[in-house]
This record gives sequence, structure tokens and C-alpha cells, in this order.
Amino acid sequence: MNKLFLIIQREYFSRVKKKSFLIMTILGPLLMAGLMIVPVWLAMRDKTEHQILVLDHSGLFIDRLPNTKQIKFTYGSESVQTAKTKLKDGPFDLIMEIKGDALNDSKTTPILYYTKQPGINVEQYITNTMENILFDYRLQGDSIDVNKIDKARRPVEIITLKVTENGKDEKTNTEMNMMIGFGCAIIIYFMIFLYGSQVMRGVIEEKTNRIVEVIVSSVKPFQLMLGKIIGVALVGLTQFILWVILTLVISTAVNAILFKSQIEDTMKRNAQMEQVMKNDITAHVDQMEEINSPNEVIELFNQAGNINIIKVLAAFSFYFLFGYLLYAALFAAVGSAVDDEADTQQFILPVTIPLIASFIIAQSIVTDPNSSMAQFFSIFPLTSPIVMMVRLPFDVPVWELALSMTMLIVGFLFFTWIAGKIYRTGILMYGKKTTWKELGKWLFYKE
Amino acid sequence: MEPILEVKNITKKYANHIALNGVSISVQPQKIFGLLGPNGAGKTSLIRIINQITGPDSGEVWFNGQKLAPEHVELIGYLPEERGLYKKMKVGEQAMYLAQLKGLKKSEAKQKLQHWFEKFEIGNWWDKKIEELSKGMQQKIQFIVTVLHEPKLLILDEPFSGFDPINAQLIKNEILDLKAKGSTIIFSTHNMGSVEELCDHIALINKAEKLLDGSVKDIRKNHRSHTYQLTFKGNLIAFTNALWAGAELLEKKSDEDIHSVTIKLLRQNNPNDLLQAVLNHTEILSFQEVIPSMNDIFISVVENKTTVNTKSAHTE
Repeated sequence: MNKLFLIIQREYFSRVKKKSFLIMTILGPLLMAGLMIVPVWLAMRDKTEHQILVLDHSGLFIDRLPNTKQIKFTYGSESVQTAKTKLKDGPFDLIMEIKGDALNDSKTTPILYYTKQPGINVEQYITNTMENILFDYRLQGDSIDVNKIDKARRPVEIITLKVTENGKDEKTNTEMNMMIGFGCAIIIYFMIFLYGSQVMRGVIEEKTNRIVEVIVSSVKPFQLMLGKIIGVALVGLTQFILWVILTLVISTAVNAILFKSQIEDTMKRNAQMEQVMKNDITAHVDQMEEINSPNEVIELFNQAGNINIIKVLAAFSFYFLFGYLLYAALFAAVGSAVDDEADTQQFILPVTIPLIASFIIAQSIVTDPNSSMAQFFSIFPLTSPIVMMVRLPFDVPVWELALSMTMLIVGFLFFTWIAGKIYRTGILMYGKKTTWKELGKWLFYKE
Repeated sequence: MEPILEVKNITKKYANHIALNGVSISVQPQKIFGLLGPNGAGKTSLIRIINQITGPDSGEVWFNGQKLAPEHVELIGYLPEERGLYKKMKVGEQAMYLAQLKGLKKSEAKQKLQHWFEKFEIGNWWDKKIEELSKGMQQKIQFIVTVLHEPKLLILDEPFSGFDPINAQLIKNEILDLKAKGSTIIFSTHNMGSVEELCDHIALINKAEKLLDGSVKDIRKNHRSHTYQLTFKGNLIAFTNALWAGAELLEKKSDEDIHSVTIKLLRQNNPNDLLQAVLNHTEILSFQEVIPSMNDIFISVVENKTTVNTKSAHTE
């Protein structure tokens, strides 16, 4: 036990002290924060006001393009040439020229002149409004009542309500469920790959350095394998926690500095949202919609309250831990069977196939979370860590969850036992290319 | 004296071949025991069983009067043939780690390491990474971590590979020193020169079986081939004529009237008979017995010959 602790300690500190660990720990959150901040920042960036000078030769659009907060239209009749000089001296930053035959062509092509490129949403706004105006204009030309068309075209929005045992209907959000499930599955998937292969590299390193025989003369090979797996797991945990903390710190800091007003805005909306949520939801759909539109993400987070967060977290920790342990043992066995990393190909594939497959399966499961395929793969130990995490937010029966967890523990013990057998023989085999047949024989060697 | 290590009738099979077939050895305390044999003979398999890295299919190992058990690893030091250290780890850290795996306490390990580092004058290596050291330097560290916990039984598999002659001598002296201090040493090699110099007792293994076992003195005595080398001045023909049926001329070398011959005595004849027979015909310059080297014995036994080929023998 004491020796196992020594091994864990070495495996942990030799990795945590590496420069690459420090770099990854800092770079990871920067990337994550970047992913979170950049889209918001980009959206904000385009909030500069645009003054557009419209030169409409068709006459249809004059005074009909509605101004928004950011886009103000002014109408002129000078030539493009003279208008362009105004781009330099202001106040306009965009000139839109609409040709006289815009109404007759099958395709209307206004030309936008700029000195600083406008965002895609400006272009979109212009095309949308112009399309609408042209739509109405053409309908009128055919003497069709625009109001009738409007009435005929009404949006549909689905509200899903789960009937719970206490008779109260709960609002659920399929999209949100999917996001949480997939998010957890992606994290488990990457962590297994990232740290599983670290275990494998560690085993190969010990083999190529020829230190392994020195060590197994002091400790049992299984202890060495276990120590490495646990040590790397702790490294992963440390990195994960540091990432979460750093990501939160960085993104809050940046948000606080850059988007101060935005946050205040959001908080106000949040308060409003909560007020609405407390009341009967169906009665307030219209009101919801009104509030919803500005910030859908906030809405999603509010609805996350409907999923049992504690259950998801507990399951996540469980599948994360045992999924990693199971695969790390297999990765260790692969590492022991080869002499250098280039030789791992033939053995690594069967280990990664179930992992990759479970990810593909997970995507189809989202469409039907209670199919028999979904049931099978969320119970099968090699795929359950990922598949079950995707299914979980869609309310899996308790017995299935219990069976899946039991199977994962059994699978973990079984595969670790097999891996241990391969490992203890493999680490002492040098310079020979191992075949599958030999690997099979190793299982039956007496200790 | 009660042996410190007794290997009783060990058999170890792998899928395609037998590594050890009913091998027994007995190692007396405070002796250097040479385990000899060509590559692939089964030496390493036997050593791994003694180190409890693998287990035998049948047979038993007794250590220090007890059946070999996991706690014995702390009394054994092992320097494998395939050896190395963590390249990226610092010398001191690594030595501390390996020492603690052998059951030493932290303070104990540190104290002992400092002693050895001073002895080998390598104190300034403590914070260097292994990869910054030369191969010979790494071997020194490896030797230190093998003997640091003062094992009762020290198993060295080809210990001199990777050392230059000066450092090999240094290690040789350390081995003898450890023996004097009470350690027993099993020394596996196919380098016969070092066997003659160091070993008290040897066992020769070939193709999974033990072929030879005994003290170095006895083995050499048993492998005497009754071959003698004689150098004389005079007529070679007269000399050959003087030989009788009890002696066989194996080899002759002449330099003008100085002749050097190798003669094998047959049956119960002794060297005095030979000398008497030739004494009157030649002027004898030197006469000595050709004693087979361990190398010759090794080769002859492995090739399953009963007599030693004296042609390649060198005299002592």
C-alpha cells in the first residue's frame, strides 16, 4: 500500500512539474475563454452605428426602409460618383445604390459601397427588409391582399411539459437536455483519450528506458500499473479543476471589463425571467417570447433548473471515473505490448473503436433516447460512459442506470484483470513485435 | 553452512518453449555465485523467478531458510541486464524513489545516498537529469541504487556491460567489498574472464538445463585434460622418437632449434614419465600443465564434449 502511494506520488509529480502541464493548464482556459468571449465580442463589435445613404433609382424603397438602433437610412438622388466623396468626409459610411430596373428583374442586386466593411447582420437586415418590401409590392401588383397572407402565415412554437408524479407539469427543454448530455459526454470522451494515452506513453517510456525491470523487482507489476493509472487520473483531475477555475476567472474578468453594461442588462432580464417562471408558464407564452428573444442562452440556463443537476453531476463523476479507469487499463496493456509509440497502431485501434463508436451512437440516440439500441449501448461497459451521459438528461429508468453502473464496475474489474495479465508479461518483452496470438497466450501464463 | 538461497527443481514453460527444466541451485552465504550460460539459456528466467517478477510452473525457491515470499524483495538487490532509469528525472529524486520502493525510509535513503555519492565523488550530480549523464555515469547511479539498501542477496546480470575498464574495476572492487561485508552475490554473465576473477562457485545452464555446478577450483580440476606444454632445445625428430604410446603429440611450433610442443598424456601416465622419456634427448627450457580456462570449459560443456579442446587453451 505504501509502495503504491510512492508510485502514485511519482507519477503525479513528474507530470505536474513538467512545463507542458503548465502550458496546457494556462493555454486551455485561454482557449476556452476565447471561445466564450470572442462570439460575444464579435456580436458587440458590430453595434457601431451605420449611416447609409440610399440612392434609389427605382423609387420603391425611398422612405420605406425602417431605421434601427444601428442602421440609419438617408435617401439621396445624386450620382454615385459624387456620393462617394461623402464616404470620405462623412457622415455616411455606406452607400447603397439600387438600379432603376430593380423591380422587373428576377433578382434585385443593390450595390453597397463601403470604406469599412459592415458586419454580416447589416447586409442581412438590408436584404430581409428589401425582400419583404418587394414581396408586398409584387403581391399588390397581382391584387392579392397582404393581410390575408399575413394571417395565413403564423409561427408554431412547441412547449414540452413533463407530467411528473406529483401531478405538476414541468417545462422541459429538449435542446437543453441535449446540450448538457453532450457536453458531459464530450468531456468524458476527451479526458479518456487525453489521459488514457498519457498512461500508455508512460508505460512505453518505462519500457524503452528499461527501468521497468528494476521497478518490478521491488513492486508487483499490477501495483505499478495501478499506481500509474491513479497518478495520471489525479493529474487529469488537477488539470480539469484548474481549467474550470481559470476559465471562470478569466471569462468573468473579461466580461466585467468589456461588457459591463451587457451584464447589468442581462441581470435585469434574468430577474424578469424568474418572475415569469414562477407563474404558470403557458399563460405567459406571449410574455415569455417577448423577453426571450434578446438572450436565448440565458433562457436555456434558466431551464436547466428543470434537470436534476445533482443526479447529472453524480452520474458524470461516476462515468468519468470508471470510464477513465477502464480505458486507462486497456491503454496500459497496449503500451506494455509494444516497444515504441509507432507500434501502437495495431493494438490501439480496437481500444479506440468502442470509444469513437459510442460517440457516433450517441448522436443517433439523441433523436430517440429510449430505443433498444440506446438501452443496449448505455449498459454495455465500453460504451456506457459516453452513451449513458447523453441519455441521462432524458430521464433514464432507475433500474437501467443501476444496471449500467454495475456493468461498468464489473467491466472495469474484468478489463483491468485482463490488462494486468497482458501488462505483466508485456513489460518484460523487448525487441519482438507482438502479435495478437501472443497477446492471447499471455493471458494464460502463470504468474 | 545453510545456503542463503536454494532453488529446487524449478520448471518454467512459455507458450513455445521451455525456459527452465528442473533446475536446482544452492547458493552459500557470502560467496560469489556465477550463473553462466549462453544467451537464451534460461539465466534471466531463473533470475526473474528469484526476484519474484515471475513465478515458476513447478518447484520451489527458499531464501534465508524460508519459502520465498513478497517481503523478501527488500533483502534482494537486482541489477537487470536490460536496465535503465527515468531519463527526465533528476538523479537524486530518482535514487530516493527507487530506494524507498525497496523499503528504505526517506531519511535513511538520503543518508545512504550521500555516503555513496561522496564515495564515488559524484555529489554534484544530485540535481542533474539522467539524460544529461553519460552512459557510464548512468551505470554508476544504477549500481548505487541496486546496492543502496544493503541487500543480503545481490543479483547482478551482466554488471560490467556499459562500463569502461576503469569503472569496471571500480565496480569489481565494490562487489568484492560487499562480499567482505557479508553480502551474497549471484553473478550472471557470459564473460568468462570476470568469472575466473570473481566467482567462488558456478552453475552452467544451457537450453533450460543445468549442465555443470561446483566450485571454480573443483570444476577446473575435473576438467584437466592431462595436457602439457614443453619447450626444448634440440632435435625435434629425436624428441618425437623418444615419445612412447602413452603420450600424444598434439601441436608443435619450431623456431630454429627451439621447439614448443603440446602433449597429451594418455591413460595413467604422469608428467614425470614424460620428462624421463625425453630428458636424455633434449635440453628442456620449460614445462607446464595446460589448465583449461573457464572459457574452454564453458565452450566444451555447451558443445557437449567430454574433453576440453586443448588447442585453444592458454597456459597459466
